[in-house]
Amino acid sequence: MESVQHYINEGILYEPVVPDIHQWPIAQIFKKRQAFIDEVIQDAQSRLLLDAQIAKTPIEDLVARTMFRERIRMVEDPWKVDPKDEGRFWSRIKSDLVANEQLELNPEALQERTEAMMERIVSRYTNEIVSTFKPGSYHFAKRFLPFFFSTLLNASAGKTLRSVINHSVSLQERVHLLGHTEGIRNLAKKGTIVLVPTHISNVDSILVGWSLHALGLPAFIYGAGLNLFNSKALAYFMTRLGAYKVDRRKKNPIYRQSLNSYSTVAILEGVHSLFFPGGTRSRSGTIEKNLKLGLLGTAVEAQRRNFLYGARNGKEKIFVVPMVMSYHFVLEAASLINQHLKRTGQEHYYIMNDEFASYRKFLKFIWNTFRSSSDIVMSFGKPMDLFGNFVDEEGQSFDERGRLVDIRSYFTSRGEITQDLQRDSEYTRILGEKIVERYHIENHVFSSHVVAFVAFEIFKKRHPGFDLYSVLRLAEDERSISLTEFSETVNRVLKRLQDMADNGQVHLAQHMINPAKTIIEHGVKNLGLYHSKRPLSFSNEHTVHTENMNLLYYYHNRLEGYGLERYI
Amino acid sequence: MASKDTSKETVGVIGAGSFGIAVANLLIPNREVLLYARRPEVAKALQVERVYKGRHLEEGIQLSNNLEEVAQRCSLIFPIIPSGNFRQMLKNLSPYLTPAHILIHGTKGFEVNLKEGEVLREVQQLDRSQVLTMSELIRQETVVMRIGCMAGPNLADEILSGQPAATVVASRFDEVIREGRAALRSSRFRVHGNHDLKGIEMAGVLKNIMAIVAGILDGLGFGANTRSLLITRGLAEMATIGQALGADPRAFLGLAGIGDLVATCSSPKSRNFTVGLRLAKGESLQEILDDMEEVAEGINTVIVVKGLAAAHRIAAPITQTLYKSLFEEMDIERGVRLLMEFPFTEDVEFI
Repeated sequence: MESVQHYINEGILYEPVVPDIHQWPIAQIFKKRQAFIDEVIQDAQSRLLLDAQIAKTPIEDLVARTMFRERIRMVEDPWKVDPKDEGRFWSRIKSDLVANEQLELNPEALQERTEAMMERIVSRYTNEIVSTFKPGSYHFAKRFLPFFFSTLLNASAGKTLRSVINHSVSLQERVHLLGHTEGIRNLAKKGTIVLVPTHISNVDSILVGWSLHALGLPAFIYGAGLNLFNSKALAYFMTRLGAYKVDRRKKNPIYRQSLNSYSTVAILEGVHSLFFPGGTRSRSGTIEKNLKLGLLGTAVEAQRRNFLYGARNGKEKIFVVPMVMSYHFVLEAASLINQHLKRTGQEHYYIMNDEFASYRKFLKFIWNTFRSSSDIVMSFGKPMDLFGNFVDEEGQSFDERGRLVDIRSYFTSRGEITQDLQRDSEYTRILGEKIVERYHIENHVFSSHVVAFVAFEIFKKRHPGFDLYSVLRLAEDERSISLTEFSETVNRVLKRLQDMADNGQVHLAQHMINPAKTIIEHGVKNLGLYHSKRPLSFSNEHTVHTENMNLLYYYHNRLEGYGLERYI
Repeated sequence: MASKDTSKETVGVIGAGSFGIAVANLLIPNREVLLYARRPEVAKALQVERVYKGRHLEEGIQLSNNLEEVAQRCSLIFPIIPSGNFRQMLKNLSPYLTPAHILIHGTKGFEVNLKEGEVLREVQQLDRSQVLTMSELIRQETVVMRIGCMAGPNLADEILSGQPAATVVASRFDEVIREGRAALRSSRFRVHGNHDLKGIEMAGVLKNIMAIVAGILDGLGFGANTRSLLITRGLAEMATIGQALGADPRAFLGLAGIGDLVATCSSPKSRNFTVGLRLAKGESLQEILDDMEEVAEGINTVIVVKGLAAAHRIAAPITQTLYKSLFEEMDIERGVRLLMEFPFTEDVEFI
């Protein structure tokens, strides 16, 4: 048995929830990998058939459309990771579809043949998505990771060679794990956790992975973009840390269902999951408002099935944990906001290439982020059930009035638990709204967010007739604010934020307890620290100035949706 | 008719006003019905005499004065009470409700979250977040998620006398529409489904404003041309307000919108219409309210919508003029003149 001390040395803050890695749910499913894959295939296949039946569309159309789109994708958007036999596979589907027409089969035989074709596609997709979790390589990866992180931190903090090797700056000092960490550890023993973080930067997934490891939690599965698997080294670690592959080029319903079934079956098996419900990184810098409900729906589906058919490991309940990351500096902010502005259509911008085509670029990116980030907060939100009721340490649900809720009854109709897909999708939508609401509350406001918000709003207020794009194009000499005006406004906004924090509507970071003057200095100093053109700086003793309106707007957006505009 | 099925599910109706009784009567051919009356003497009188203020209760409808009993015996419940009592009723009912319950309300009013010390009549501006539809109120006060509403041209007295009619059951849940329809439908009552719950609720609420104005026009002796003008412009105003508050304007084109509007603007059986009619005959609002047997929801709705229109900068000339006539002593004839001069330009602009 490894001692607690040993874990701390590895960068773990907490004792592991399940000490024996072989007992982790994720290890369990990959012990019987083939059975797991088969179940995913069966699940996806039967759901696709059910959906087709409900929508009254023949599955032949679905197969044909998928084949058509896939053949276009192979020509227009080929990637290095794409399997060599892809062309052959889809040609075969094509010729089988043609044969279907020529054989003049009776409807039953035709249906049977088409179903078999669809199953071949589902099976192919599932095998593409699935990863392998091997305890041995996880051991290696987890030992390697903290070492990797601390080396990176120390080296980037500009310490001496000796301190780099001694790891005097730990990740824990830089990254603050706040919120309901203990509660989550408890719940991980009682049920299955679905962690839903906001998505700001490409470092999010690495930090989330590290934070779960630091909390002593078993590995979570998560979907990682297939482009990250282009690099063999990165792919090696990611698959072994529980990542499954998501190919964003494939937008067809068969692929989506295969992904959803992968998630559903894993949750049914009690494997903790992580997904970013915003889908991709927030381009505008705002906290997510519209969530992608697909994967959330798989959690609702799994919960219903646990009640309907009984839980497989005695872990009946599924818990949702929203999580919000706060940064002073987002390395890719410039390209994100430019993409956002380009999408909203008013400016032309160069198109960004895939940012992480190579492992080297990726490392460089992480390096730069850690080198520059003074503080990162990862706030673990209050755990809820799938209906937005908070749960206590035992995993029991309580409604807003503090009454115990038997969540089984959300799925009952006339006294019995029933399957109703439309009902599930409605619950999923409501859950999405609840998560968005929690994001805004669990968010830790930073000094840099406040100064960016205030500065941009002052510019906006000065030009009431201007639309957003005109504000963004303000002339150089119009981009200054006197420190007196700035401080007064910051003061008002801080006061409001403090009230909101007292009422449990938002959180303030530790450094926000300082006097306003200190907060302003701290904020301006840290805001977008390493951008070549600073979003905000002191031009002299009496003025703050922005060199980059787009970046200022990006960081400002973080505090959108709190109604703070009234205090400008 | 088939013999009485003892295994029939029991459906609850909360509120023994005229519409509550009408709904209970609609339900009884399909379900066992438990009708809740808040006041014990009303429950008792109905139980014994089967008639209340001239309204007959169908045979078989059981009475209750106990919300706990209603929640325990019925998983489908129709709360049909004035919006002013809705929150308190929910607070009393809430401890007994579970997520398995389905609530389909038939209340056509808003609930307002006022700040401490505020009085509705004195509030100048109301933000959408302060105004709740009844389904939003149910979400706020209970654990129930499967919520619906029924709205449509459903004048209680006509339903009670068994005339053919129809209603809309709106909910985001198919299941709620299905259950509501199965419980309500009959050879003389059609039930249409709609997924735009908020839109249907708003249509039902907002039409009461127009009903008061229709009563005024009738009392002034105006005929069909004027009433049609009101219905058309009123519908446009309702849709504009609804849209600003997050509803789909299409909801206003169905039974719960134009359907209900035509019915309430044409019939002296509508309470809101009656208020308008008596106003035009020279009675004061206070006199009218004092001797009304049931609540005219339209009065509060005028105040709420006027506040919402001010805060959200919605043009709502009919509502604003009515507000002035009701509360700021504007002469009714002058109000009509003002409206006739209002610069509407487009005929149909809300779709």
